[in-house]
Amino acid sequence: MARAVTNQRKMINTGAAWIIGLLIFFPILWTILTSFKSEAQAIADPPIFLFFDWTTENYSTVMERSNYGRFLWNSIFIAGGSTILGIIIAVPAAWSMAFVPSKRTKDILLWMLSTKMLPAVGVLYPIYLLFIQFGLLDNVYGLTFVLMLINLPIIVWMLYTYFREIPGEILEAARMDGATLRDEILYVLTPMAIPGIASTLLLNFILAWNEAFWTLNLTAAKAAPLTAFIASYSSPEGLFYAKLSAASTMAIAPILILGWFSQKQLVRGLTFGAVK
Amino acid sequence: MYLRTALCAASALALTAGAAMAQSTLTIATVNNGDMIRMQGYTDNFTEKTGIAVEWVTLEENVLRSRVTTDITTKGGQFDIMTIGMYETPIWGANGWLVPLDDLSAEYDVGDILPAMAGGLSHEGTLYAAPFYGESSMIMYRTDLMEKAGMEMPDAPTWEFVREAAAAMTDRDADINGICLRGKAGWGEGGAFITAMSNSFGARWFDMEWNAQFDTEAWANTLNFYKGMMDESGPAGYATNGFNENLSLFNQGKCGMWIDATVAASFVTGDDSTVADSVGFALAPDTGLGKRSNWLWAWALAVPAGTQQEAEAKQFIEWATSKDYIALVAENEGWANVPPGARTSLYENPEYQKVPFAQKTLDSILSADPTDSTVEPSPYVGIQFAAIPEFAGIATEVSQEFSAAYAGQQSIEDALAKAQAITNEAMEAAGYR
Repeated sequence: MARAVTNQRKMINTGAAWIIGLLIFFPILWTILTSFKSEAQAIADPPIFLFFDWTTENYSTVMERSNYGRFLWNSIFIAGGSTILGIIIAVPAAWSMAFVPSKRTKDILLWMLSTKMLPAVGVLYPIYLLFIQFGLLDNVYGLTFVLMLINLPIIVWMLYTYFREIPGEILEAARMDGATLRDEILYVLTPMAIPGIASTLLLNFILAWNEAFWTLNLTAAKAAPLTAFIASYSSPEGLFYAKLSAASTMAIAPILILGWFSQKQLVRGLTFGAVK
Repeated sequence: MYLRTALCAASALALTAGAAMAQSTLTIATVNNGDMIRMQGYTDNFTEKTGIAVEWVTLEENVLRSRVTTDITTKGGQFDIMTIGMYETPIWGANGWLVPLDDLSAEYDVGDILPAMAGGLSHEGTLYAAPFYGESSMIMYRTDLMEKAGMEMPDAPTWEFVREAAAAMTDRDADINGICLRGKAGWGEGGAFITAMSNSFGARWFDMEWNAQFDTEAWANTLNFYKGMMDESGPAGYATNGFNENLSLFNQGKCGMWIDATVAASFVTGDDSTVADSVGFALAPDTGLGKRSNWLWAWALAVPAGTQQEAEAKQFIEWATSKDYIALVAENEGWANVPPGARTSLYENPEYQKVPFAQKTLDSILSADPTDSTVEPSPYVGIQFAAIPEFAGIATEVSQEFSAAYAGQQSIEDALAKAQAITNEAMEAAGYR
């Protein structure tokens, strides 16, 4: 029986959700506001919230100094490429684990996840040397491949969880109707798991977009994405907070917009199977 | 007929050579600071002169350090020029990772580089990096607050005077702290400051057998003096303040004195400062033991061994660190904005001598000697660091212990005991002891 929710409780819940939401969003809002301040206003104490002389000078300086378009394109290519490649590899892997599990499936899943526990810096030198050997340094394809490998465990795990919610009988029925393995995955499983695949795609795109260790260490001038663009405005000697905020806003703007328009899919995918 | 063929061939060769020249592109890794960013704006001047294009990779200092270290140790070949400091240059030069800059042109005038800078960027007398700008540290103080306190800043004050003046200038109700100093953990942040300060108290990192010296009275005096003075007259939370935090406080009129990098002089007298008109300068303090507490640093341009464009890279370095480049910046942006601390001729220029902080910057640089930085003899080169590969790691850990003591999380005795153990253990593991 569904619990009756009183109006008062609803209001409390809504209020609490707004407060938590605003708290989480506040650093982003502050960054956006700072990007419109002068450097002196950016460091003012007490901090100035809204009443300052708004200026777009920081954006002009950043656009003049950096090739934003190139950084943006590299981010789109690397994040998009690594996510799509990861999904292509992960869908069959998750299918086999969900529908034809062996007695070692759970161990394999745990082992895959355990690779995420290894500090990235621990394998920096081996990967750097491999990249030198194969001529992949400062190369978008090399970086796409590495980010795909890094996010693959999460993609497989997420897809595995979604696939487990789909009744195996439906796939059996398709097989009885003569569907091949390829048809079964492409035309039966994938359409049913679209919300899950979409949210996996979005989440991993965001993870790849924000990845800052490999993208900083394996790139120089040609393949550097927006993480390197932000790093170029940070300085321990000199106050560049307003310019850094402008660069950060420009770097997160595309992903914020994407997140805003796809929030329904994201929430739907992330809560898929959470309530039975 | 022959003439026509020869002319055609010559034209084709000239075009090919021209195209090859125009296609040459240097990749330069650099830090994000005012002078380096300004240089990026003048890159077209270099390209017009030489036909060599330049691609910049600008990174935050610590990211850059880790990035270029990975590249040079693996011979990755990602950069044709690297911006490195006085700490890395002698070590990398000794390892053969850098191209010696021993064949720069006569017009470049290597002899004009300030001796302290050239010395710190050389290994066994060979220059491995050309200084783009150099810095020492000095006192920047509020002349109005000093006057209000009824005191007068000497040109070369002692630490006792500084402590007394800081207490006199402090006005907690008006949110004015008598003194702002670095306390943030990190070998290049609070670690650099306390090491330079310890030199003036007669302390050193190592004795001649590479034994750590944190169990000496000199180190206890240094830390007790620092903490005592900062607790009395420093800002709240000074244990986490670095260069930027103190610059921000000073520019907002919340510090009576600030002892830090000489390059900060142009910031505290610049447009973003609310106290630009009332800033004075003095040498970093001492205790009368013969060593002052100022450091020496340079951001310099070096060519990694193995680059395919060594000649072009040297051409760029000659352009960027030349007298002509200084003149170019002065002409367009004024003398206060030229890269300081690298060339003797700059300080002989009557126009530059009019810049309020020029003479004190030069005096500070000239009074710093990386080869003789401690009262008692020490086996290392460097003032705010010891130029050995292990130092950065050890000093980062040690400065974390010191910062914890400043914040009151442990006693100074405990911090020094831990520093002693950390350092000796690391030096033993590295085979020094």
